[in-house]
Amino acid sequence: MHGAMRVPAVIYATEALVRAMDDKVFEQSRNVATLPGIVRAAYAMPDAHWGYGFPIGGVAAFDADRGGVVSAGGVGFDVSCGVRCLHTGLRREDILAVQKPLAEALFARIPAGLGSTGTIRLGAEQMDAMLAGGAKWAVERGWGAPADLDRIEERGQMLDAKPGRVSEMAKRRQRDEMGTLGSGNHYLEVQHVSEIHDAAAAAAYGLAVGDAVVMIHCGSRGLGHQIGTEFLRQMAIAAPGFGLTLPDRELACAPIRSELGEAYLGAMRAAINCALANRQILTHLVREVFADILPAARLPLLYDVSHNTCKVETHRIDGESRSLYVHRKGATRAFGPGHPDLPEPLLAVGQPVLIGGSMGTGSYVLAGTAASESLAFSSACHGAGRAMSRHKAATQWRGRQVVDELAARGILVRSPSSRGIAEEAPGAYKDVVEVVDAADSAGLARKVARLEPLVCIKG
Amino acid sequence: MQDRWEHYEHGADIGVRGFGATLPAAFEQAALALTAIVTDPGGVAASEPVDIACEAPDNELLFAEWLNALVYEMAVRRMLFSRFRVEIDGDRLTARAFGEPTSVRRHSPAVEVKGATYTTLRVAQTADGGWLAQTVVDV
Repeated sequence: MHGAMRVPAVIYATEALVRAMDDKVFEQSRNVATLPGIVRAAYAMPDAHWGYGFPIGGVAAFDADRGGVVSAGGVGFDVSCGVRCLHTGLRREDILAVQKPLAEALFARIPAGLGSTGTIRLGAEQMDAMLAGGAKWAVERGWGAPADLDRIEERGQMLDAKPGRVSEMAKRRQRDEMGTLGSGNHYLEVQHVSEIHDAAAAAAYGLAVGDAVVMIHCGSRGLGHQIGTEFLRQMAIAAPGFGLTLPDRELACAPIRSELGEAYLGAMRAAINCALANRQILTHLVREVFADILPAARLPLLYDVSHNTCKVETHRIDGESRSLYVHRKGATRAFGPGHPDLPEPLLAVGQPVLIGGSMGTGSYVLAGTAASESLAFSSACHGAGRAMSRHKAATQWRGRQVVDELAARGILVRSPSSRGIAEEAPGAYKDVVEVVDAADSAGLARKVARLEPLVCIKG
Repeated sequence: MQDRWEHYEHGADIGVRGFGATLPAAFEQAALALTAIVTDPGGVAASEPVDIACEAPDNELLFAEWLNALVYEMAVRRMLFSRFRVEIDGDRLTARAFGEPTSVRRHSPAVEVKGATYTTLRVAQTADGGWLAQTVVDV
C-alpha cells in the first residue's frame, strides 16, 4: 500500500487487460483507497479505464459509522445509466422478415440524439412524483405492467429519494427529456441470442439460441447530469471544511452523515428514479412499435441494471453484517443466487448481469455468483470500454461507411448523427469478449449467453 | 499569444483547451472547443444572444462553472453557440454567448455534452504571458 491508502486497491483483469489499462486506473484506484471510511478495498473491474476521480469500472464501499463518505465523482454524471433487456417471444427469423420496417419504426418512435424531445411534459408536481416513484410511477401512469417492476433493481423504485433536494435547474433540464434515449454510447438494439454458455441459467432466464431480445442502454438524462455537476462543485468547495485532503479535486466527497452528504444521497436517489422511469417509458414505446409491426410479440423484462450508483447494501465483513454505501461507477451490481432482493424466478441462478458491447459487436448476459460478494461486494464489469478517443474515431471512419459495413453484415443502424456513428464505430471499442471472459474467470459473474445485434438505434 | 482552441484526448471522453492573450479570451476559446465537440462552430450562426453569469472561489472552478453554464443553456434552449464575450471580475464571470437553435439537419450534432469535469482541470498563465484554460468534459 502506498502512503495514505487505508485499504488495498484490487484490480480484476487478465494480464493483457492490465497491460492495456491506462496508468490512471492504478492512480485513481489508489486515490479512492485513501478516502475515509472505505471498507476492505478499492476495486476495479476488468473494463476499468481512466475516469473522473474514481476510475470507470470502480467499486468502493463506505461505512457511515466509521466516518465514511459519499462521492458525486464516485457515482458519475449520468446517474443510474444502465441497461435493460426485454424478451420478445420472437425468433431471429421473425425479426429478419420485418427488419427494415422495424428499424424505421423504432427510429421514428424513439427520440434519440442531441436536441430530441419526448412527448411527455411533466409539471412540477408530476416531476416530483416521478423523482420519488421511478419506474413504479411510470407503470402507475400506464407505461408498462406491474410485473415489470419485479425485474428492476429496487423493484423499480429507489426509496428515500428526495425530489426537494433536486435543483430547479436539474428539473428544468429534464422537462422535455422524459422518454428520450440521449446520445453518445446510448442505444437501443434488437438482438438475437447467438450462443449459450450456461444452459441451466439460460433456461431460467428464458433465453435460447435464436431468440430475439431488445436491449436499451440509457440513463437519467439532463437531470442526472445537472445533479452530478452541482454536487461535484459543492463537494469540491466543502471538502476542506470537512477536513478532507483530496489528492484529486474530482474525488470530491462529503461525509455520509453530513447535511451535504444527505442532500446528495436524496438527489442522487431521485436521479436513479428518473433513469428507471426513463427506461420504463422507452420500454413502453418499444412495445407499441412491436405491437404495430409484430403483433405476436410479448415483451416482458428479463432485467434492468444500473451502472452509476451509490446504494446502501448489507455485506458480510469479517463475519459481521454491515450496512455499507456501495459506489459503483461504471460497474454492475451482480447479486448471487439466494440474494433476498431477487425475485423468486431468479433466486436459484442469481441476478442477470447485462453487458453491452459496442454497436455491431456482441453483448452478453451473465449471472451473479455467490463468490462475487467477497470478491467485490457483488459487482461485475459493465461494458467494453473505449479503445480509441472520439476524435481519433471520427478521423478514422465516416458514419456512412460504418452504416454500410454493418448493413453488409446484416445489422441495420439508424441514427440522426453521421459523426456520432463514426465516433461510436465498433473499432473504437475494446473487445467485450476479453472483458467478459475476465469477469467470468475471476468469478465476479458467470457467462450465460452471447447476443448479437440485428437493429441498432443510436442517439 | 494568438487566441486559439484545441481538443485533447481522454480515454472515454474529450478535453477542451483554450489559449488566449487574456484570461477571458482563453475562456472564450475553450467555449468554442466545447461547441466543436457537438458540431463545427463555423456552421453555427451567431444570431441570438444569451446572457450568462456565474461565480466560483477560484479561476479553475470558475472555468468549470462557465462551461457548465453553457452546457445548461445548450440543453434547455436547444441552442448551439459560436461567439462569446466574457468578462471576469475577481470570482465573478459575466458573458454573452451568441448562437442559434440546434438544427439536426444542418448541424448534424455528434454528441451531447453532459457536463464539465475537474479531470485535468487547469487555468494558468503560459510562458509568453498568455492564458490557458482546460478540462475534460463528459459526453
